[in-house]
Formats: sequence, C-alpha cells, structure tokens
Amino acid sequence: MTDVLAVADHRRGELRDVSYEVITAGRQLADDTGGDLHVAVISGTVDKFGEKLNREGVDAVHTVDHGEEFNHDVYTQVLTQLYDDLAPQYVLAPNSVNGLDYAPAVANALDLPIVTDTVGLETDGETLVATREMYGGKVEVTTELEGTAVATIRGAEWSGAEGTGDASIEAFDAEIDEDAVGSTVTGFEEVGGGDVDISEADVLVSVGRGIEEEENLEIIHELADALDATVSSSRPIVDSGWLPKNRQVGQSGKVVTPDVYIAIGISGAVQHVAGMKGSDTIVAINTDPNAPIMDIADYAIHDDLFDVVPALTEEFGG
Amino acid sequence: MKILVTVKEVSTVEDEFEIEGTSIAEQYLGADLNEWDDYAVEEAVQIQEAGIADEVVTVTIGPEDCEQTIRQALAKGADRAIRVWDDSLEGVDVLDVGAKTEILRAVVEAEDPDLVLTGVQSGDDSWGATGVSLAEELGFEWAAVVNHLEHDFEDDRAAVRRELEGGVEELTEVELPAALTIQTGINEPRYASLRGIRQAQRKELDVQTLADLGVDESTIEGDVTLTEMYEPESETDATVWEGSAEETASELGELLREKGVAP
Ligand SMILES: Cc1cc2nc3c(=O)[nH]c(=O)nc-3n(C[C@H](O)[C@H](O)[C@H](O)COP(=O)(O)OP(=O)(O)OC[C@H]3O[C@@H](n4cnc5c(N)ncnc54)[C@H](O)[C@@H]3O)c2cc1C
Ligand SMILES: Nc1ncnc2c1ncn2[C@@H]1O[C@H](COP(=O)(O)O)[C@@H](O)[C@H]1O
Repeated sequence: MTDVLAVADHRRGELRDVSYEVITAGRQLADDTGGDLHVAVISGTVDKFGEKLNREGVDAVHTVDHGEEFNHDVYTQVLTQLYDDLAPQYVLAPNSVNGLDYAPAVANALDLPIVTDTVGLETDGETLVATREMYGGKVEVTTELEGTAVATIRGAEWSGAEGTGDASIEAFDAEIDEDAVGSTVTGFEEVGGGDVDISEADVLVSVGRGIEEEENLEIIHELADALDATVSSSRPIVDSGWLPKNRQVGQSGKVVTPDVYIAIGISGAVQHVAGMKGSDTIVAINTDPNAPIMDIADYAIHDDLFDVVPALTEEFGG
Repeated sequence: MKILVTVKEVSTVEDEFEIEGTSIAEQYLGADLNEWDDYAVEEAVQIQEAGIADEVVTVTIGPEDCEQTIRQALAKGADRAIRVWDDSLEGVDVLDVGAKTEILRAVVEAEDPDLVLTGVQSGDDSWGATGVSLAEELGFEWAAVVNHLEHDFEDDRAAVRRELEGGVEELTEVELPAALTIQTGINEPRYASLRGIRQAQRKELDVQTLADLGVDESTIEGDVTLTEMYEPESETDATVWEGSAEETASELGELLREKGVAP
C-alpha cells in the first residue's frame, strides 16, 4: 500500500489553485496502489483551509496552526515530523516558488530522492515513474525512482480536485524549534504596476529573446503602432531592462487573455505560457518549428522575424 | 566575507536535433554558462567590488571540456575556480540533486564561505533544487528565487526579495551563513572585458576528485534513473502559413482584419 502526503500552497489568506491539483495528483498515485491520501496545510487560517481541502478523494487533512504566512523553516520541520508520523511513500508538493523553497530541504532532511516539476506520475507501489521536461521543453523524459521519494508537480498539469470528501480534519501537534527558524518574512510588495496594463489589451505584439538587440525593438514598436496594439514581452527582455516590468507576460509577470497574442521570437517556456495560454487566438512567429510555443499556437509562421515583422507592418501602411 | 558561487556549464540544443537512446546526439549540442549562474556570479562580483566580500570562488562539477565556461566566470571577476571531476562521474547519465548536494557539500565545508550563491535552476535539466538541498545539508539558512539582495548584511543577515508568482515579491531576512538561489534580472551581468579574459587565464583553477574531497563514490550513483527521452507530442495542430515573408505577413494581416482587431 502506498500512502501519499500532499502539501497545500497558500498566500495572504488564500489557497492557491495548485493545492487542489496536488490533491488530484496525490489521489491518482494513491489509487495506483490502494493507499490513503493525506493533505497537509501549514500556517495561515488552517481551519478554514482544512474545510476547503476536504475534496473528494482526500482521506485526512492535517492542519498546523503556526504563523500567518509561509516560512520554509517551519514547513521543513513540520513536514519531516508528519513524515515520521504517517510514513507515506510519497510526499507531493507544488512546483511553485514556495514549493522550491522547502521541498528540496524536506527531501534532503529525510534523505529521500527528489524529482521536480513533474508533468506525469505513476507507481506500482515500488517504482515511481515520473515524466518531466528538459532543455526548456524541447524534450520529455521518463525517470524512475525506487522506494520512497519527494516529487513536485507542475501547475495546471492536473485538474483541480472537486466535490466534498469525508476526510478527517485533524490538528497535527508539531513541535517547532524556534531557535532553528533562521528566516523571517517581513512583508510583501506588488511590483509591475504603472501606466500600461497589458491585461486590458485586445491585441498583444509580444517579443522575446529572438529580437537579439535592444535597438531591434524598434520594429516591434512600429508594428504595434501600425496595428494599434500593445507591446508585451517574455522575461529576458524585461531582465535586460529593454522594457519595464509591467510588460512581462508569464508566471512572475501578468496573465493576459487578449483576442490575439502574437508571440515573436518567444520559445514558449512553461513560465511564459502560464501567462498567455488563455488568449483567444495565438500566433507564433519563430524560426524553430519545434519550439514549444508551436504546441499552443493556432497559427504559425516558421520564419525569420526580421523579415516577417517589417512585412506585416507594411501591410498596415506602417 | 567569502562567497562561493556554484557554476554549471549547461547543454544547449539546436533547433533540429535527434535523440539517441536517452540523450540528444552529441552533434546537436552546444555549451554555455548557465544563464542563472551568470547572474549569481555578477551579484558576487558586485558585492566584492563594494568592498564587502574579499573573495569570490566558483565551483563546478564537470569534465575538462567545461573549463572554457569556468574561465568566463573568472573573466567576469571571480578570483579562483574549483572544478570537481572523477572518472566515476563519466558514465552517470543523470547527476541527481542528492548526488550534487553531497559533492558540493564537501567543497563548501573545505572553503567555509559565509554566503553561497547558486542559480534558481540549470537551463538544461531544470531541477531547480540544488541550492536549497545543499543549504539544508550544510545547516545553512537559505532563500529560493531571489531577485534582490541588500549588500550591507547588517547583523549577519541577508535581506532579500523572493520573486513569487503574479508580480508579488516577498521580503525576507535570512541569517548567515546562507545559500541563496539567484533569479535572472537581479542585476545586469557584464560582458567579460579583454583584460578580464587575459587575467582569467592566469587565475587558479583547481581540479579535485571525489577522493580528494572525501566523497564516497557510491553517493554519486544517485536514485533517479533516466529511462526514456522523446519529443513531446504536439497538443494542437496549428495552421502553418508558408511562403515568402510578404505572403505569410499578408495571411496574418487577413486574420487580424477578419477578427476585427486591425485597423
Ligand atoms: C521561477 C521562474 C519564473 C519565470 N517567470 C517567467 C515569466 O513570468 N515570463 C517569462 O516569459 N519567462 C519566465 N521565466 C523564464 C523562462 O523559463 C524562459 O527562460 C523565458 O520565457 C525565455 O524567453 P524567450 O522565449 O524570449 O527566450 P528563448 O527561450 O531564448 O527563446 C527565443 C526564441 O526566439 C527564436 N528566434 C531566434 N531568432 C529568431 C528570429 N530571427 N526570428 C524568429 N524567431 C527567432 C528561437 O527559435 C527561440 O524559440 C521564468 C523562469 C523561472 C525559473
Ligand atoms: N554540475 C554542477 N556544477 C556546479 N553547480 C551546479 C551543477 N548543477 C547545478 N548546479 C548549481 O545549482 C543550481 C540549480 O541547478 P539545478 O538544481 O540542477 O536546476 C544551478 O544554477 C547551479 O548554480
């Protein structure tokens, strides 16, 4: 029998969607061998969270009332204690920014192997078969781990668990050694505000590293002017300081859903796609026909942006 | 203050490539300094230039071929480099997080830095886990996905910003010694100057084996095995416009007019 311990993610009073996705992934693994699914929720309004996490397929929710917000030292201590108590075969965490801040520490503290950012998980009770991507999504690989393991799951790969379950909701009495808590969260800040809100635009002309040089951005601005559209970008363009943060589309930028999203010289890394896959129509202009962006594009031009973009601008009299 | 930066040479893949067994055929692979590590090196060098750190050392687990990449970090201002390699690492097809943690731990213990900077992830196998795992192993504090670091280290603490999802940043203080995983955009990595490149040739690059470090060979076999590699199936069938740039641009122009979104 394979029991699974899944860990919920929350921030500033709200459970994040991936909390329900990790329940689905955990339930599937537990079903593979007829085990139980335990869910842990640590810090914040845990009673409220506990009720919400009682979705179909959850056998037990363990709540730990300690502090308001995520703290990796607290999470690591609690999860190692819960692991000792429940002896699950697999610990599943979201591959979120916070997941990456505690899951590797939990694995190492427990001397367990870890496999991160998985998009598929299966087990026969002995071997965990985990699917993940390499080389920025150009290839997928299957990896195998024997015995117990920690895995993190990619967001939006599993659907969120629904319904109401009949889980027991229990407070877990963790012993937190405050002396071993060496990190303190002192606040939060929203960034990326300003005069332009790319999430309001009907058409986004979005530029990526394929543009190569800052000077070359000129052709992107000319196209946007001719189309009366708004310019957005992938992360490297903002990292380089060529466009302000409020133009960045993706996991750590904005989520956009325009009528038309034109991805120009953007490969389509998962963190980028997280911010634009809900667009009505996606057009990709990229020299690489195998770029991951092609998987979600509705229309594609496998050609050099330095030829196509000026030609398109000309179409519209620019 | 002494800073150790972990630096990886990552494989890059050409647009068209072939898979042989569980890896990409050699002729389609290139090599580069991991993007995230480039930012980590820059951050360390800036702390040194501000007079706060007195030494910046890089460490790389990798074969002799990657020395050119290591020299890039030296050319950008790191003082010296350590490269760990061993015949027993030659045949390992995934160096998993646990194995990297064991090896890097031995180096950190020998060097005894106050601060370890790693990248958030390696661009090729993207575990995104080595820095935090290493910190836990060492009994260091840590912070993952750091996009701002205060350089004063008041009260032996590092004040950082962690970049969360959706444009929210978390302000966190961690006690030293600490390992921080550095996110792109934290600074603007410099290009190596000609002078830097010349100087890098003379900087110390120390090669160590597992035995030198006292790391047991069995630890590097790891627990994760790679059994298959394939190109992911395409989820949608995009309409591909073909022809000259003028032709494809006019197809796209027509679509935009059809949708009523173009002037
Ligand atoms: C924690 C975390 C958060 C992140 N958050 C975000 C985020 O919010 N947003 C984001 O975008 N990324 C984010 N990233 C980064 C992401 O992983 C990728 O590195 C990034 O999206 C790549 O940007 P790109 O597609 O512009 O560049 P690349 O991946 O380098 O792609 C460039 C593309 O341009 C094409 N190209 C090159 N020349 C031409 C030409 N002449 N004509 C046409 N095409 C050409 C290439 O074929 C390639 O596909 C995050 C990463 C991490 C680890
Ligand atoms: N072979 C290696 N040699 C040195 N540092 C490494 C190596 N592999 C990973 N790292 C460091 O760990 C970070 C995270 O890598 P990973 O956990 O493999 O995604 C990288 O940005 C590097 O700083």
